[in-house]
Amino acid sequence: MESTARDFNSNVDHALADPNLQDSLSKLKVGFSERRRQAAERLPEFEALRDRARDIKNHALANLDFYLEEFERKVLALGGHVHWAPTAADARRIIGELCQSMGARTVAKSKSMVAEEIALNEHLEAIGIAPIETDLGEYIIQLRHEPPSHIIAPAVHLTKDQVADTFLEHHAKLGFTRRLTERNDLVAEARHVLRQKFLDADVGLTGANFLVAETGSSMLITNEGNADLSNTLPRMHIVLASIEKVIPTLEDAAVLLRVLARSATGQESSAYTTLNTGPKRPGDLDGPEHYHVVILDNGRSAVLGTEMQEILRCIRCGACMNHCPVYGAIGGHAYGWVYPGPLGAVLTPQLIGVEEAGNLPNASTFCGRCESVCPVRIPLPKLMRHWREREFERHLTPVAVRQGLALWSFVARRPRLYRGLTALANRVLALFGRADGRYRALPLAGGWTRYRDLPAPPAGGTFHAQWKKKGPT
Amino acid sequence: MSEAPTTARAQILNGIRRSLRRGEITGEQREAVEERLARPPLGPTVARAQLAQPEKVALFCQWAEANNATVARVAASDVAAEVVSYLARNNLPARAAMAPSPQLADYDWDGQKMLSLRRGRGEAADQVSITGAFAGIAETGTLVMASGPEHPVTLNLLPDTHIVVVRESDIVSGYEDVWTRLRQRYGKDRMPRTINTLTGPSRTGDIEQAMELGAHGPRRMHIVVVPT
Repeated sequence: MESTARDFNSNVDHALADPNLQDSLSKLKVGFSERRRQAAERLPEFEALRDRARDIKNHALANLDFYLEEFERKVLALGGHVHWAPTAADARRIIGELCQSMGARTVAKSKSMVAEEIALNEHLEAIGIAPIETDLGEYIIQLRHEPPSHIIAPAVHLTKDQVADTFLEHHAKLGFTRRLTERNDLVAEARHVLRQKFLDADVGLTGANFLVAETGSSMLITNEGNADLSNTLPRMHIVLASIEKVIPTLEDAAVLLRVLARSATGQESSAYTTLNTGPKRPGDLDGPEHYHVVILDNGRSAVLGTEMQEILRCIRCGACMNHCPVYGAIGGHAYGWVYPGPLGAVLTPQLIGVEEAGNLPNASTFCGRCESVCPVRIPLPKLMRHWREREFERHLTPVAVRQGLALWSFVARRPRLYRGLTALANRVLALFGRADGRYRALPLAGGWTRYRDLPAPPAGGTFHAQWKKKGPT
Repeated sequence: MSEAPTTARAQILNGIRRSLRRGEITGEQREAVEERLARPPLGPTVARAQLAQPEKVALFCQWAEANNATVARVAASDVAAEVVSYLARNNLPARAAMAPSPQLADYDWDGQKMLSLRRGRGEAADQVSITGAFAGIAETGTLVMASGPEHPVTLNLLPDTHIVVVRESDIVSGYEDVWTRLRQRYGKDRMPRTINTLTGPSRTGDIEQAMELGAHGPRRMHIVVVPT
């Protein structure tokens, strides 16, 4: 996927001015977030499970090479194939060649953020193969030629009416000429259209939530059942997964499953959790004849052993973005690449470079809600701070900001000068704003006052002065 | 793809080892991870499903209904009659694709003259499927399906209506009990090709975060719980 992370600031302006987007985002608070809170409260062991989930992922990362080799050994033993892809280009080439080996014309795809990351659809189209997104949200945005705006609900930025218009535009030629108004009718129409595409597809491509080293199984979790049709009906099933998806055992999977669905949508369990282990067995009446797993690195192995390693624990539930006030205001597209929200603010600079995505870690209020809901307890604010430091060290921060910070640090390290200047500023500001207690416009603070008033300083001088007067309690 | 994979494989694995500042895992550390694989440690126990068998079955039914499945508890002799009655109550045709499973062969299908059964995999035109289940999970009302010649995966997915017959003795507390049973049945290193766990009918929250049933898999799931 082409990045627009560099244009973050103008992306935000567009997002804030988009009434449909703002309408959709207003549902986040009462939707996923509230349901997650209720699900967590229903399970007394939830916090202990989060601790355990964190420990499992840490253990897997510390022994990642061992578990990947173990996983490979088990897949091969049951007649599957494993392909190793150091880069996105390697993964695209491998998957393209596999599809061509089947003479494939269409590929039924189940939502995969890793596939978005490597721009797989563009590659398949370029070699004459049609990728068909089968997750409802992904299908909607594929019709609209849009990227996903959320990792588990890719079309969360759209209203029902927008979906209705899109379906009418694209389904009319299939005989669906009535504009629908109810959600369940929209779902039924998509089901009907996509069912035939499942039956016709030559290859099914899915991601994986986890790879289980103990059994050589890929684990897939969906609500719709689209991943299951993708890996059951076509003659070839290709699993695309990044290296950090491997976990040791089924018992570990049980822990992670318990925190994943609750953190994501607030469900006790997603409707479908599927373990696939190799191709069709002798005597089986259905299932794919060919089973391939493509293991992608794409920069992740270099994150191990660094201060950013903790981001590799991420199990892609989306809770951090559901609870982020910045995501809630601007939606996912503004982040400019595959992974939005706090997850994206940490991961995107890692995967495509801080030069391109240096703005993202700055898009945070550091309120800490993301860390407080993360099922594997990733300290997202701390990791964003690391990026800010690196951005500053590498002189990527704008000149005005650097000079402002240099000036501030000069003053802040000289207490008498600091107190003198703040007292002066306080008096000057009070002079202009005391009348109605706030400013509608203020030099150098236009970014603030454009959207809201700035409160005037209270009577009684600076914080220092008030503190001194009040004395220790 | 003959030469390249070995190189790519080494590149990734060596990259991981370089970042972790060590070589291949050997000695005591290797024994420790191998031991962890051989005897997987359990996570925190979920107390709500640690019950005697009758209460476990009741909890399973309660959660299955919360997940939008319907549940009937009938004697083994009444299973076929319950299936016919369910189809009639829901205005569905008395015609179904059934898993060719010995577990289902015990029920009195021949006694239901109106019911037309085809044993085999699921096909696009099937409206109703009938299968057994490898297990039921009380903690969340989840059904566990193990694929094989006796249980084609397509029956779990293609029809609009999925009727599942589950025996009370196959209802367990949590996932961990299912893994133990799978290892006992199939061997530690030999999972069935596909394990489908089903928690209610297919659904989607992709339009405005509101859950709608019947996305790609069955719209209706009816669970018939039978004493053993």
